[in-house]
This record gives sequence, structure tokens and C-alpha cells, in this order.
Amino acid sequence: MSVMESSALGAPAVRSGPPPPVGPPPRRSGTDRREWLLAAGLLLPNLALLTMFVYRPLIDNFRLSFTDYNISAPTGANSVGTANYVEWFGRDDTRTIVGNTIIFTFATVIISMVLGLALALLLDQKLRGRNVVRSLVFAPFVVSGAAIGVAFQFVFDPSFGLIRDLLSRVGASTPDFFQDSTWAMFMVTTTYIWKNLGYTFVIYLAALQGRRIDLDEAAEIDGATPWTHFRRVLLPQLRPTTFFLSITVLLNSVQVFDLIYAQTRGGPVGTGTTTLVFQVYQETFVNMRAGYGATVATIMFLILLTITFIQVRVMDRGTKA
Amino acid sequence: MSTHLQVSQGDRHRTPLMSAAGYAAMVLVVLIIAVPLFWILITSFKERQDIYVRPAQYWPSPATTDNYRDTVTSIPFPAYFRNSLIITALLAAAKITLGVLSAYALSLLRFPGRNLVFLIVIAALMVPNQITVISNYALVAQLGWRNTFQGIVIPLAGVAFGTFLMRNQFLSLPTEIIEAARLDGAGPMKLLWRVVMPMSWPTLVAFSLITVVNEWNEYLWPFLMSDNEKTAPLQVGLTLLQNNEGGNNWGPVMAGTVLTVLPILILFLFLQRQMIKGLTAGAVKS
Repeated sequence: MSVMESSALGAPAVRSGPPPPVGPPPRRSGTDRREWLLAAGLLLPNLALLTMFVYRPLIDNFRLSFTDYNISAPTGANSVGTANYVEWFGRDDTRTIVGNTIIFTFATVIISMVLGLALALLLDQKLRGRNVVRSLVFAPFVVSGAAIGVAFQFVFDPSFGLIRDLLSRVGASTPDFFQDSTWAMFMVTTTYIWKNLGYTFVIYLAALQGRRIDLDEAAEIDGATPWTHFRRVLLPQLRPTTFFLSITVLLNSVQVFDLIYAQTRGGPVGTGTTTLVFQVYQETFVNMRAGYGATVATIMFLILLTITFIQVRVMDRGTKA
Repeated sequence: MSTHLQVSQGDRHRTPLMSAAGYAAMVLVVLIIAVPLFWILITSFKERQDIYVRPAQYWPSPATTDNYRDTVTSIPFPAYFRNSLIITALLAAAKITLGVLSAYALSLLRFPGRNLVFLIVIAALMVPNQITVISNYALVAQLGWRNTFQGIVIPLAGVAFGTFLMRNQFLSLPTEIIEAARLDGAGPMKLLWRVVMPMSWPTLVAFSLITVVNEWNEYLWPFLMSDNEKTAPLQVGLTLLQNNEGGNNWGPVMAGTVLTVLPILILFLFLQRQMIKGLTAGAVKS
């Protein structure tokens, strides 16, 4: 829901809804009923699909989280009460996996937004070749996470990869991206930021170019330093964009599966780069504990809802202040 | 909805220092983005023994297309490619049709509870895939739809974001024109085809492009649904290839990666303006 809200907030281009329908000439009720039936006919297939494959499984997932359901033996699911939840809170790997999720998500959100903004600020001027650069930086964003994960496994290969070669040319040694959990986290996080930078950059650049020039001129007349100008003039104007990005990038990165699967299969040492999303897959389809997987999915969903809710609240307060 | 991407007019005069910093940033970011891509590309043209040398070679000599030949022959890459085309075409057709029709009903038709229905449609955006896969997998497996195209396509065919995007577009159309068409006696479907759609092509193109890109790149669901080349798309085939060849034979894996991303990159090259518009829709005011 807040994706919509965020978009609406960030997009004053969308005419603030004229839902009270366009000029209402009095109509006969026969026409109204026909229009109603037509609307129902147009909406039904989509609503049926969303109900069947989004809302039904959402509720069903909640139910399954209280069972010992096994995905390969779909008949016998026994209720286990809150045992899965108790197990989750008590298990050793929970802390690691939540930690990985937090590191991956916040590092990608913050770093890709800061770098995207910095790049947008530097490139918000007449520069030869800027459009080519913009296209190049955006290109990885349209490429699949699976392909980038596979390719960057070789880029980071500690024996014959690109990073190793570059580091050895300056006499540095290469960390073991494949065996060391910390460096493996570094690898997947960096790869995802590399893929996402174009998105934050392009959106910040477009927002900067849509800003009010009169405020820049006023700041110039007042003799504002570049930093004051940035803090007091640019950043406040970019607030809706920053809010929009913080939500979309967060929702996207918290759900990353393909890139992590392709690059590390969740390892090394078992849970080295396992995030909550990856754990849902691992428990359900590898360890054959769908009930526990459903529990992890439910917890993740609740965390996401909470974070989004907080973001919306913070933003609301910000606009009122 | 139109994303503001024209560049020149917003540019202000900057100092030489700023412009030097701008060029430096451009060079740096080009290196960061392009060098790994270049690395992947040259590896795909190297002979096997040239991949495993130190220091690395930055130009394939001799260059060979063996990796591509291996990729296409030793694993069923053409089959994966065909599957990707089928899945993407089916899903794009379904999503574009459903998105346009839903958006039309939710923006220009009058019926009770319209806003509630709209909320129900777009609230689906807040439900992550991972929470629906378990139950959907069970359902589709029960139907015997694993390793079938309908098993991959139907559960993914509901459209929330596209409905949102097209609805905003339809609401942004001038009400006078729509009212005039109505007064001329245009029925609702005629209104859609003759009046609303012709004014909405740019947004429809953007919506179609992001749908094609997203479905081509879709991973988790097809990965769970497909065990083999009967239905597995390229992305899944690529990780299967990686399983088989991986660390000790990077050449074919890099060739496979290049083949997997090439169609989307070509599309991006020619239609980047519309694609960027679609992928960044909702973020920026015009």
C-alpha cells in the first residue's frame, strides 16, 4: 500500500486524483447498471488472479506457519501451535540471518542512495557525454540478478577473478570472497549496489533537474556556500524523492533472492550470506520444512510492514514540520 | 506520470572546478560499471587455459567462439531461450491486457466501491513474493502444473503496479475530451479504444517495456516450477550451467551470461528513454 502512497507522494505529476468522476451529466439507471457490469467484467480476471495467487497464499502462509507442513508430502500438515515461532526466536542461526538481512538491506539502501545522489549532484551540469554515462550506469539495473550474480562470482573469484588481478597489480592481497563469510557478504552487497546505482542516480538526477531554479538564484544572491545551498535548498526539495527511494530500494533489496542464490547459494559455511528471504527458500525447498519456512516468511512480512509504516510516519511528520 | 528526463534546460552555469569534478566522476563511474562488463565479455572469448593465468589477460588472444559453441550445444540453451520467449510473451500479453482493462475500469468507469477495489489491487504490491511461494507451490503442484508453462505463467499474471501506472495515466487525460466523446455517444469500450488509448501510447509503451524486462528477468518462481529444459527459462538455465561448469570452466558460463543478458541490453539500447520512464515511474515530478 505504501508503495502507492510513496509514489503518489513523490509524484505531484499525477493529478491529485479527480476521482469524483468527471462532469456528471444525469444518467439513466440502465446505463449505470451496464457500466457497473462492464467494470466488473473488466476487473474480474485481475481480481481473481490477485485473490488466488497473492491474498489467498498470504493468509494460507500464516496458517502454515503454525504447522509442520512438508512441501514434498502435501497431505499431512499437523498443527504445532507456536512451536515454529519459539524455535525461530531460540535458534542460533536466527541472529546470523537477521544480521545478514540488516547489513545487506541497509548497506544497499544507504550506499546506493548516497552514491546515486552524489553522482547526480556532480552530473547536474552541462557535461559532454553525460547521456551516454547515464545510459551505461542504468544498464545493470535492467539486467537480471541471476545473470549478474553468476558473472560477478567470476569477477570476485579469489584465484583468477578481476578483483584479484587488479589488487595484485597494486601489490595487495585478495580476501577470500568465497570462503570467508564477512567478505562473502561484502561481495553480494557490493554487487547489488553496483546493479542498483543507476536507479537511484537516474531518479535523483531527474528530481534535481525538476527543481526550482529561483531558489538556487536566491541562495546565490544570499551568498550561500555550496554546503548550505545543498543542506538548505536542494535536500529539502529532494525530500519526496528520497522518501520514495528509501521505500522502493528497501522493499527491493530485502527481497533479493536471485543474486544471492547465483553468487553464493547462501553460503559460505552454511549461512554466510543467508538472508531471511533466502532462509524461506532453504527451509521450505531444501530442508523440507515448509512450516518453518512459512514462519520465517511471516516474520519477515511483519518486519517489512513495520518498517514501511515507520517510514510513512516519519515522512508525514517531515512534511508537516 | 511522465518522468522528466530531458537534460539540458535545467543546467545551470557552474565553475570550472565543478565541471572538472563532474568529468572526474564520470570517468570513475564509467570505469566501475564498464570494467566488469568488459571482463565478462573478454572471458567469454578466451580459450580455457587463458582464463586461468596470472596476471590476467585483458584481451583474448587468440580469440575463440568455442565457449559460445559449447554453451549452445552442450547444454540446451536454445530450449531455455525458447522457454524465456514463451514465458515473457505470455506474461507480457496477459499483464498488459489486464492492466489496461483494470486501470480503465478504475479510472473512467463509475461504479460503487471503486476506490476500495483500487486499494485491493495495489495493496498486492506490499505482499512480497516470498510469502506467497509456499502456498502457491503447493497449489500448483497439486494441480499437476509443475514443469508446465501455465504453472509458471498463471500465478504471476495478476497485475498491481501496471494497473496503478495506467490508472494514473488515464486520470491525467483532459476530462473535456473524454466528456465530449461521451456526449457524442461513444460507448465505454469505444471510448477506451478510440479516445483513451490513442492518448496513452507513451505510458503504455513504458508499461509494456518494464513488463517485458521484469518477466524476462523473473527468477524465483520459474526456478521453483521447472526441473528441466522443458520449461526452464534462460535465467534458470544459466544457474544450472553454473552448477555444472562453475569454477573450473568459466568460459562457457560467461558466454551463457552474455547470451542471457543480450536481448534485454539490445532492447535497452534502442528504447532506453521509454524503459527508464517506466522503471522510474512514480518517482519524479515533471
